[in-house]
Amino acid sequence: MARITAGVATSHVPAIGAALDNGKSGEDYWKPVFAGYEASKAWIAAEKPDVVILVYNDHASAFSLELIPTFAIGCAETFQPADEGWGPRPVPVVEGHPELAWHLAESLILDEFDMTIVNRMDVDHGLTVPLSLMFGQPEAWPCRVIPLAVNVVQYPPPSGNRCYNLGKAIRRAVDSFPEDLKVVIFGTGGMSHQLQGPRAGLINSAFDHAFLDRLVEDPEGQARVPHLEYVREAGSEGIELVMWLVMRGALDDRVKVAHRFYHVPASNSAVGHLILENA
Amino acid sequence: MSAKPYHDIPGTIVFDAAQSRLGYHLNMFCMSLMKADNRAAFKANERAFLDRWPMTEAQKRAVLDRDWNGMLALGGNIYFTSKIAATDGLSFQQIAAMMSGVSQPEYAEMMLKGGRSVEGLRSKSEAR
Repeated sequence: MARITAGVATSHVPAIGAALDNGKSGEDYWKPVFAGYEASKAWIAAEKPDVVILVYNDHASAFSLELIPTFAIGCAETFQPADEGWGPRPVPVVEGHPELAWHLAESLILDEFDMTIVNRMDVDHGLTVPLSLMFGQPEAWPCRVIPLAVNVVQYPPPSGNRCYNLGKAIRRAVDSFPEDLKVVIFGTGGMSHQLQGPRAGLINSAFDHAFLDRLVEDPEGQARVPHLEYVREAGSEGIELVMWLVMRGALDDRVKVAHRFYHVPASNSAVGHLILENA
Repeated sequence: MSAKPYHDIPGTIVFDAAQSRLGYHLNMFCMSLMKADNRAAFKANERAFLDRWPMTEAQKRAVLDRDWNGMLALGGNIYFTSKIAATDGLSFQQIAAMMSGVSQPEYAEMMLKGGRSVEGLRSKSEAR
């Protein structure tokens, strides 16, 4: 049987990818960011997942305003790194797991989560930066990846509670897949940041630390937090944090914190990171 | 347009249904800049390229003037308008500095010191 063993939450700041791709990860500005992921790289090398379900958002790369799916699951064999205006990131092609992805789509839809099924989709920094942070710069990604895109660009994104319950439905779907697969789920985005307008540059460390605590200890309570509070306290783009609740919902009610990291700044954003293991 | 609770947050435009309807063509113009040919055509003659899109004159003016906050007010979304910045060779942090009315070194310094504090910026009634 397939099983979800752990969850990873991480910011997906594009400048982190650019720093890595341009050989700047050793610079004083970036060193502390990458240092925070050294333990994570060792952890995932030991964990050896067969598949990562990667919850992220597209940033006007694959989806413009023509189609705005709230939840989209990538069922393709492969996903190309997107050209976000500077050429695609020099990272390996992402290999999907169509069999499990289609099983997830079927199971989730019958479980009343009306997923958009995607057979062709380029993946932007929202997906590739978390892979780079966790796996470094390999020739090929060491596992299959199922992209699960959540709309957080067009307001309103799905509620925190909806995201949390989607995670629970993903857990049921994975548990019912007959092949013996080890699955790790990533929730990405955040933490506090605002990229637009006169309030750009907003960081709220107190909010972020409280979110990290509560995601571990009281996810149901965190799932009830309305969008307004994220926008007000964590910035207009801080609302990406609802995606972490998908990851949390797919884990046991009680989890063990294997790693926790927080750093300000990475470009315009606070960086947060958790590794949670089912107890 | 009815008042929404988030209209109370200072210095912030939430990209909601009203903004999305207002800015559809502006954002789709921005999206076209994902293609190198379109970037070249835009750079060669900005006005002529903008005239291909059913945008309002005010939206076109905001693009020509690189009025980043103006574009957002007219329905632009930051993930789309930042494609103009990329075409101009500007980083996200450079336009963030422009939108918040400070120089890029000042903005970078603010971020190194922990970013912009939320104190006084939660709601317009609380704002300085």
